[in-house]
Amino acid sequence: MATSSDLKNTPLTPVHKELGGKLVPFAGWQMPIQFQGVMQEHQCVRDGVGIFDVSHMGEIEIQGPSAKSLIQKLMTNDIDSMQDNQALYTLMCMENGGVVDDLLVHRFSENHYFLCVNASNTEKDFQWILKNAGSCDATIRNTSYETAQLAIQGKHSEALLQKLCETPLSEIRYYHFKKEKIHNFASIIARTGYTGEDGFEVYVDAGHAETVFRAILDAGKEFDLQPIGLGARDTLRMEMGYALYGNEINEESRPLEAGLGWVIKLGKDEFIGQAELKKQKDEGNRRRLVGVRLLDRGVPRPHYRVLKNGAPVGELTSGTFSPSLNTGIGLCYVSPEYAKPGTELEVEIRKLSVPAEVVKPPFLPTRVKKD
Amino acid sequence: MEVPKDLKYTQEHEWIRVDGKKAVIGISEFAQEQLGDIVFVELPEVGSQIEQGSPFGVVESVKTVSDLYAPAGGKVMAVNKELEAHPEQVNSSPYENGWIVEIELADEAELDSLLDPDDYSEQCKNEME
Repeated sequence: MATSSDLKNTPLTPVHKELGGKLVPFAGWQMPIQFQGVMQEHQCVRDGVGIFDVSHMGEIEIQGPSAKSLIQKLMTNDIDSMQDNQALYTLMCMENGGVVDDLLVHRFSENHYFLCVNASNTEKDFQWILKNAGSCDATIRNTSYETAQLAIQGKHSEALLQKLCETPLSEIRYYHFKKEKIHNFASIIARTGYTGEDGFEVYVDAGHAETVFRAILDAGKEFDLQPIGLGARDTLRMEMGYALYGNEINEESRPLEAGLGWVIKLGKDEFIGQAELKKQKDEGNRRRLVGVRLLDRGVPRPHYRVLKNGAPVGELTSGTFSPSLNTGIGLCYVSPEYAKPGTELEVEIRKLSVPAEVVKPPFLPTRVKKD
Repeated sequence: MEVPKDLKYTQEHEWIRVDGKKAVIGISEFAQEQLGDIVFVELPEVGSQIEQGSPFGVVESVKTVSDLYAPAGGKVMAVNKELEAHPEQVNSSPYENGWIVEIELADEAELDSLLDPDDYSEQCKNEME
């Protein structure tokens, strides 16, 4: 049995305790699930600004003359199209098209990148990259333990962070980043996030994390900044219909069916999984990932069955109460005949069939700062 | 943490307030605090029978699903319909506006097996450690 001593702590674990965070095991880490309460934290990010410790996320740095060609071979998205200081969402697939991980690639320069990967996959990804790199001329380092990651999300995030940085943050466009000091400590500031709000993800040395975190908390007082736990992180991402590795996608899933075709560039140079994904595309989707919104009371949860006139047509991959919509929402793979928005389905919650309708995610409009 | 002296409690954190043959049931301050924001309460049918120690409903927070266990058996006389639209009343007022059901006790002797407020406070203290 896992005890708390087996769990990894982020550099901020003591601060979370001090702030009243309720710590729970997550992907091998001891992480705050909530501080004030999920509903209130969710609203804080939607209405103002919140800060998340996401230091459990993994970072992998790849540098060297072959860095670009290696990453291009590993990823489904087109790395060749990237500019310096740009971030790109991509999948890393196996030959059979199953997903090793979904992640962000950040390009410092043509020969130097870092990946931000899912906590639960960090070691697997690292080994996968090493294995596929063979003898290619690139240094691959797992820098997860020396790196802390903070997410500052919400409409006041720019004004707040600006108080601690010199360069104008308005110049950092969506899915771009900059090496910049925050409160005099070297950081990477990326305009990315997992909430659907404008915001930043900040990478700092683990040793400086607490000082930077406290400086942001302090600077955030005038914006009513609050620390946010993983509970609200999940409700925020669910409202956007963002895939979560382990729920919507995994090594068995077909990413085209998850609606992730936009990050699979079949026409680019050869990459792992290309042939199989091409084949899957030609065959067409057997099923599609759709949003499901309850039309009556109830809280949908992962693995609950989805029915059509009482007959099972799928199972929820994710489900939650949506604080913004005040109703239950979920994601589910269904055959194309049930995938049309407005299609009436039911979600089986214990012995009840609760009416629901198919929705095209996001469940509410995103407010990220697109160009 | 509030543990009213005029109530009896279960190990699963329900309370019962007895008034003659009638009794009102809810969950404790400790329980609502542990569960977090309650977003859904599944209530039994009025007129149905509930049995001591058996599940009679469900409370759901954003992250958890928990059965409600009956402190005593009996016939359901009333349910708190307000919780359908305002389940958060269980958080804000667990002993008053957040009550869940009212029953007619089947057997008052069942109450003897419940925890008194001091024992229940002690149990909560142990669970926090």
